[in-house]
Amino acid sequence: MPCDPRITPDGAELQLVFDSDPFAVRRALAALTTGLAPHLPVPTDRDTVEIVLAEVLNNVVEHAYRAGPGRIELRIRPTAEGLICAIADHGLPMPGGMLPQGLLSTPATTDSLPEGGYGWHLIRMLSQDLCYCRDRGRNCLSFRLARTQSAPFQ
Amino acid sequence: MEMRTERHGGALLVHVADARIDAAVAIRFKDAMRDVIMEPSDRVILDLSQVAFLDSSGLGAVVAVMKMLPPDRPLELAGLTPTVEKVFRLTRMDRVFTIHPEAPVATDPGRLHAL
Repeated sequence: MPCDPRITPDGAELQLVFDSDPFAVRRALAALTTGLAPHLPVPTDRDTVEIVLAEVLNNVVEHAYRAGPGRIELRIRPTAEGLICAIADHGLPMPGGMLPQGLLSTPATTDSLPEGGYGWHLIRMLSQDLCYCRDRGRNCLSFRLARTQSAPFQ
Repeated sequence: MEMRTERHGGALLVHVADARIDAAVAIRFKDAMRDVIMEPSDRVILDLSQVAFLDSSGLGAVVAVMKMLPPDRPLELAGLTPTVEKVFRLTRMDRVFTIHPEAPVATDPGRLHAL
């Protein structure tokens, strides 16, 4: 099943292909921030886009390509419902073929606070229509980033 | 990672000069902070007013720095920019750290750490 049928390879979307390297992710995020600025007049929406894309792309670098480097493909299409984003890589599949739940732990003491595991929580808090599939050795992740949204967390 | 330290009374005030604490520099940030906090103080105040972006790796590194310090020597944060504030709020870390709207004015001149 395709991840998101709304993504089609025509000219109305932003596409980037880059290496699975944290500094390449930085450069991609800088290019996206500039490229998407006309579609994101509200500062909080720009924050959301950068946070979610950073988390998703860092996960690909750190987990999918942990055994060796590869390429990351990113496509973003601005629509009336928000930005439709699709990320593909040829790295290792998600454990269990599923996306992490991204639940925050609530330790009793600050000493036992985890030093990681916050990424999927942020992705799930800030994105909509999150979908993952593995297709012929490829990880496909898609989601929507609504515009001018307020944070759902109380 | 570039940092500058100053004193504010008994507190060690650490100004982060980089615009990002992200996956690309999180380990370097943690290592730099490990050196910086060798200077004795009652508490450590991390001035993040120059940091426009922090991701979950950067957040993990800040948590790691807090855990390097003994319980009676807290790590406090100051000057969170909007994106950084959002990451702390959404992960509920704003309840874990004391967060000052602005970094206090130093009482002693500082030192530059380029690490």
